[in-house]
Amino acid sequence: MRTLETPLKCLSEEGVLTVFLEGDIDHHTAQSVRARIDTKMFIKRPSELILDLSGVHFMDSSGLGLILGRFTKATELGIAFKVANPNEQIRKILDLAGTERLIKIETNREVY
Amino acid sequence: MERQEICNEMRLCFPSYSANEGFARACAAAFCAQSNPTFDELSDIKCAVSEAVTNAIVHGYRSTVGDVYMTMRMTEDRVVRIEIRDKGCGIEDVQKALQPLYTTDPANERSGMGFTVIENFMDSMRVVSTPGKGTKVIMTKKLTVIPRIRG
Repeated sequence: MRTLETPLKCLSEEGVLTVFLEGDIDHHTAQSVRARIDTKMFIKRPSELILDLSGVHFMDSSGLGLILGRFTKATELGIAFKVANPNEQIRKILDLAGTERLIKIETNREVY
Repeated sequence: MERQEICNEMRLCFPSYSANEGFARACAAAFCAQSNPTFDELSDIKCAVSEAVTNAIVHGYRSTVGDVYMTMRMTEDRVVRIEIRDKGCGIEDVQKALQPLYTTDPANERSGMGFTVIENFMDSMRVVSTPGKGTKVIMTKKLTVIPRIRG
């Protein structure tokens, strides 16, 4: 489980900021993760923000709140937003909320 | 309906610290693992438990700390019954709370999908709540019967 002390794994390339999330995303972990993503986003001001979920093993609706919240923030700042590599369990939650109507979900994105 | 024999049960009580969300779902997974569920069934159960426990912590007890009670039963016909109970503030309008995307806490990016996730991932869900006294979420799921491989 990630804690506040664990730095976010990020890749910034040609204006695209990719944040690689890891471990479990629930209500307990979401708060610190969202603050750190927002800080990165405000500092870097990328043209696109990608949340790569390939390292996330578990996510509940708190993670859904985290994703929708980042989408809203990114849109307000004029930043394109994408989610990449959700596992099947995460995909089920995203589909349940009809997330794909708002957010582009990319599977099989290359993991660095 | 014929009452099925209980083949195992457990009771758990823990304080409403958010760190215990992961603890509760790990316990639920460990309890169910004895019955050899599929990976998808286990994922669904873990997620449903996480939602109900988070509700107890975030909405039931809000900024206070109280006890969250989790009981689990497995019957011989492989139905797991999970009850998650708090003695928090309760829900004024349960029907409203069950609506998808309904949340009393949008500022903290609550998605309002907790009960919807439970309803979809489990076979049944019942919410019993008394304002000022607390909330009880009861859910069941029947596990697939996997034929035993004899060595």
